[in-house]
Amino acid sequence: MSIFPPKEKVWFNEPVEKAEILWIGIALVWALIMFAMMPLWHLKGSQNMSNEAYRIQPDKYQAKVDEFVEKYKVGEEGKAKTPVVHPPAGSDVYLLARLWEWYPVLELEQGKSYRLHLSSLDWQHGFSVQPANINLQVHPGIDEVVTITPTTSGDFGIICNEYCGIGHHTMLGKIRVVAGK
Amino acid sequence: MVAKPVFRTCGVTGLKIHDGAELLIKANAVTAVVVLAVGGLFGLLVALTRWPSVHLLPADMFYLALTAHGIDILIVWCIFFEVALMYFASAVLLGSRLATPKMGWVAYALMVLGAVITNWKVLEGNSSVMMTSYVPMQADPLFYVGLILFAVGALIACFIFLGTLVVAKAEKCYEGSIPLVTFGALVACIIAVYTIASGAIILIPTFLWSIGLIAHIDPLMYKVVWWGMGHSSQQINVAAHIAVWYAIAAILFGAKPLSEKVSRMAYLTYIFFLQIASAHHLLVEPGLSSSYKIFNTSYGMYLAVLGSMIHGLTVPGCIEAAQRKKGFNKGLFEWLRKAPWGNPVFSGMFLSLIMFGFLGGISGVTMGVEQINIMIHNTIYVPGHFHGTVAVGTTLAFMALCFFLVPVLFRRELVLPGLAKLQPYLFGLGMGVFSVFMMGAGTLGVSRRHWDMAFTDAPHAFSHAPAAFLMMGIVGVSAVIAVIGGAIFIAVMVGTILFGKPMVFAPAAAAPSAPPAVATYGSAEEFSVPGTFTLALLFLTMFVLYYFVNWKYLASTWLLS
Ligand code: HEM
Ligand SMILES: [Cu+2]
Ligand SMILES: [Cu+2]
Repeated sequence: MSIFPPKEKVWFNEPVEKAEILWIGIALVWALIMFAMMPLWHLKGSQNMSNEAYRIQPDKYQAKVDEFVEKYKVGEEGKAKTPVVHPPAGSDVYLLARLWEWYPVLELEQGKSYRLHLSSLDWQHGFSVQPANINLQVHPGIDEVVTITPTTSGDFGIICNEYCGIGHHTMLGKIRVVAGK
Repeated sequence: MVAKPVFRTCGVTGLKIHDGAELLIKANAVTAVVVLAVGGLFGLLVALTRWPSVHLLPADMFYLALTAHGIDILIVWCIFFEVALMYFASAVLLGSRLATPKMGWVAYALMVLGAVITNWKVLEGNSSVMMTSYVPMQADPLFYVGLILFAVGALIACFIFLGTLVVAKAEKCYEGSIPLVTFGALVACIIAVYTIASGAIILIPTFLWSIGLIAHIDPLMYKVVWWGMGHSSQQINVAAHIAVWYAIAAILFGAKPLSEKVSRMAYLTYIFFLQIASAHHLLVEPGLSSSYKIFNTSYGMYLAVLGSMIHGLTVPGCIEAAQRKKGFNKGLFEWLRKAPWGNPVFSGMFLSLIMFGFLGGISGVTMGVEQINIMIHNTIYVPGHFHGTVAVGTTLAFMALCFFLVPVLFRRELVLPGLAKLQPYLFGLGMGVFSVFMMGAGTLGVSRRHWDMAFTDAPHAFSHAPAAFLMMGIVGVSAVIAVIGGAIFIAVMVGTILFGKPMVFAPAAAAPSAPPAVATYGSAEEFSVPGTFTLALLFLTMFVLYYFVNWKYLASTWLLS
């Protein structure tokens, strides 16, 4: 019994049941398939982590965002009058997370790619675009760059899904995807 | 100098029990159960707040209760119980005295003190930082002090366990190798030592930072080291509850492992692979490379998944073999149909085994894929997954063991046997449904640790799909059912300890079952386990389907590179 010492002192030499060996074999093959899927998706798939990130001082990042907003601002939106920005396709797009807002509102074109920068001015935040269901972690001091291509159009919420204090649940931003010209 | 250890012989099992060990086991187990009650109450409050049409607590209390729930139930309940389990698996199963019971009390006192301090700070309201306490969010310095004291206590307990193994060997309390269950506890203990070391490496500097002695802690570095602790602490739970499964199979069915070698090797994969594979918590983190993430999670995790899949076969397999030996040989599943489903020790253990695999296991491996994690990270899918592991797996297994252990240790009969019979079904199935619908809502994008899925105070408007609200409603209802199951558990345990009818034994009634119960090996008396194998194939089919459905779902979202 499992609660008593094994009877055979050299249990290592005891024969193993066929069913067990078979199952270990099957499970091992499955583990290898799962292992192969991740690199394979990096080669063939279109949803991958970017691996591009730089250390940056929060104030430097803020300056970049301000410059970006100034350049491409097309309006204001929401209770906080957050600027709406419509950058050209293919350009660098800056989104800033801070207690407790996503800044600015982005207007992107469907089917076009953008180099999206994400960083926080204070604590960690979670970039969760819904209902597209894309979730990335945002750190202070790290400028993370992902190339993003919206494939569906409409209004998307950016939920903060990393707990960031008492206003966490009010931290909601917006991405509007418009049909391409 | 050392007083001669006092032993008694257990009237139920015939095991030789050292008084010093017994007292410590009782103290740690009872404390664990009390903390489970407290943590469960916080869980109820949190769940009632996340139930959209109830939305019980105000925001600040919600985050406070969630922090308390995470810490009390995940850390304090599990570890107190595991300490009791380590003492049981060493001193009691080996029939030895416990090494240094005095230090056992020091460990116990430190753990209680640490837990009290951390709870006090959380309840005070200035440390609602969640159990992960990610920097640069800061808690009260004493919050970290409490956690550190608790960890030191747990570390001492680990060394007492190791010391007891040495004592038992030296005093020739057993012959040959330690039992499989003790081996499992040893694996849990080794992982625990590693866990606590990681915890110290990160929590001590964080404490120094909170009192201003260190200027800056890098948030990314914090997370990498913190998950060295957070991840491997979950492997303590896994190793421990698998030991409990084997123990219950042995206690109820006299089951012996199909093969000592296979089961022990499967355990070893945890030490070698599982505990270092913590990057699955960091898959969508900037600043860590994909090759590191893939290497860390797959070379390590998949070999450990292999270990778990092996236990998934050998645990029910050993029950099947034992049952067939008793003559339950008809068809594939007579052995299972005729199992004691009315005995909470069995039903709890078996539900724990099945749901841990099907809910916690499959979802965990799937969301541990680097790319699929993009759809899952920090959604309420994550708590859905881990209530499938740690609530329905670990906690339910521990509860099942309590139904056996508490009467035996306190020598009292179980009170409310009718309710006890229902308990595993209410708690287990309630939590099972709860997990599934949290995962469902997470797939629809509902966030974890979030007070308001309707975003009433947000600067913009956004609404989740109606299905998401419906699912969170079901989460609320099933949480209430599970909590009723949890409350029955607490009531039965406390009732038994305080008011249970004392058991009377004819002296040396049950003969020590040790020597005859050790079955011999060899194919002659081996029974094959076709039923278990069928279950395992069913599991694999579900696993493969679910895994690829998620890839398909991923392929339909926006492009990222
Ligand atoms: C009937 C009992 C339980 C109920 C009703 C319950 C309910 C919940 C709910 C609703 C959440 C919050 C999800 C969120 O908003 O992020 C949660 C989080 C959590 N639960 Fe439970 N739970 C129960 C039992 C358990 C058990 C037994 C464990 C572990 C042994 C556990 C461990 C956790 C942990 C670690 C968290 C995450 C806390 C955090 O995000 O910091 N729960 N629980
Ligand atoms: Cu937040
Ligand atoms: Cu982990």
